[in-house]
Amino acid sequence: MLLVSPSTYVAAVSFLSVMGFIFTNILEKYSTAPQEASPATVFFSVYFLPVIFMVPLLTMKCLAEERRLGTIETLLTTPVTTTEVVLGKYGAAYLLYLAFWASTSGLFYILKRFAGDPRLIDPGPILGGYLFIAVSGLLFVSIGVFTSALSRNQAVAGLLCTTILIGIIFGGRYLGSAAWLDRESLAPLKAAVSYAQVSQHFMDFTRGVVDTRELLFYLSGTVLSLIFSIFSVEAKLLHS
Amino acid sequence: MSETPQQPAIEVHNLVKTFAGLTAVNDISFTVPRGEIIGFLGPNGAGKSTTMRILTGYLPATSGLVSICGFRVADDPDAVKRRVGYMPENNPLPEDMRVSEYLYFRGRLKEVARRKLGPRIDEVLELCDLKRVRHKIIGKLSKGFRQRVGIAESVLAEPPVIIMDEPTIGLDPHQILIVRDLIASLRGRMTVLISSHILPEIEMTCDRVLIINQGRIVAQGTPAELRREVLGQSAYEIEAAGPMGSLQFVLGSIVPGLSVASEGPVDCLGFRKIKLKTLSEEDAGEAILRACLSEGLRVRALSRAHPTLEDVFLAATRRSWDAVVEDPRDGGRP
Repeated sequence: MLLVSPSTYVAAVSFLSVMGFIFTNILEKYSTAPQEASPATVFFSVYFLPVIFMVPLLTMKCLAEERRLGTIETLLTTPVTTTEVVLGKYGAAYLLYLAFWASTSGLFYILKRFAGDPRLIDPGPILGGYLFIAVSGLLFVSIGVFTSALSRNQAVAGLLCTTILIGIIFGGRYLGSAAWLDRESLAPLKAAVSYAQVSQHFMDFTRGVVDTRELLFYLSGTVLSLIFSIFSVEAKLLHS
Repeated sequence: MSETPQQPAIEVHNLVKTFAGLTAVNDISFTVPRGEIIGFLGPNGAGKSTTMRILTGYLPATSGLVSICGFRVADDPDAVKRRVGYMPENNPLPEDMRVSEYLYFRGRLKEVARRKLGPRIDEVLELCDLKRVRHKIIGKLSKGFRQRVGIAESVLAEPPVIIMDEPTIGLDPHQILIVRDLIASLRGRMTVLISSHILPEIEMTCDRVLIINQGRIVAQGTPAELRREVLGQSAYEIEAAGPMGSLQFVLGSIVPGLSVASEGPVDCLGFRKIKLKTLSEEDAGEAILRACLSEGLRVRALSRAHPTLEDVFLAATRRSWDAVVEDPRDGGRP
């Protein structure tokens, strides 16, 4: 469905143009003055921009539209289970998300080919950045699938997804600096918040530190939100 | 449970489905033998679609037992889903797929082998007269084509049981004829359960009819049986002119139970239409004609009225409404 529909290609082209624009901007900065971090680190540090816009747009349709058109009825009366349907939708959206990001590797290739300056291309941050995108994408896309399972209205699903993503990406940073969490009795909560800092995870990955606790954070979050998606699809059937 | 040819295609025992306190299906039981085409009739909100959804395993039943080809829907939903081709109400289809792509996708979902799928798609496209639009996008098709795509999809995997919720809705008479022939061509090979509002449709295609109202079966049988059972009378219509005074008396003496149901106004030639009804099944046309002539009436036309399924339907659903109104437990709510 995703590969035959023209909207996918429109989304891919616009994604690539936005990323290209950001990349060009970064390079222009480098051409005027020397910078501390490598261009890859700076490029991946704006990961939240495409995440907040692309993930809801990619996923909001997947279950909400099935329900709105009623095709979920024909889908679930074939020998497939709800779990298979949700996993299929999730897998498709995640692979597409990865494909979009993979297309940005072309930007680095162009840079390598034409810049002629090996200092600009540092493979460590690039690999770390892509790894972070792949791992965090697991969670972000599963949240999109979950919100799509909640509503039959795509706009509601998309907005819910954006809100939750912003909450996860920026909420951790905000809570981490909140003074009321410094109290002694709230120390475990403080530890939990600092463990769930997405921006901290990003820094670690681009520095080449792959912490299994961080991997576990994304994997468990993904599993949890997929389980909730399955429950939500089934609960809506029971109460339809 | 294994599949044996003796087991009926559809078995429903004491099926109940409630939605948040509202009883949509109330203790329905019926059996459909293999190869039969059965029509499911009922006013809106009678519980037709709910029953069909439970049969396909899409909705769980509140209580009762449903089995398809010997497999219980609640215990073995996968086995049931492999044996049912289902076309839901309003025939939902993905808007941005091509017809052949959609059929391929559905065929793979229904576990049709890749090798067989290509020829089978050609076959159903031919069967449903869709060859011309096979590369068109479904969202751009007209209603009639969309409906036929839905029918093609439901017969695609050659399931033993086909359930269609209002397959002929929105079709023009010519297309209805095609769909009717299509359904009739499945007779004997597949068991077909269709619901429809178009009663002549059901009457022509179906071997048996189930009339359901307010979640209960109010009548079932072949169309002819239903006519007898529900209406229990035959009617005649006569156009005659002359003295009508003693007609009622004479008719009553020659055919027992024959009475005048209504008399129409006299037209410019002095003829009027008279409706007669009798409880007996025998043809009383000749006797009526003779009696009229002996009374000195001039007869212009005499016909035996054939009650349509529509009359049966109206009578059966009205009867069940009356029963509900009289039911004191229901608080007199119609």
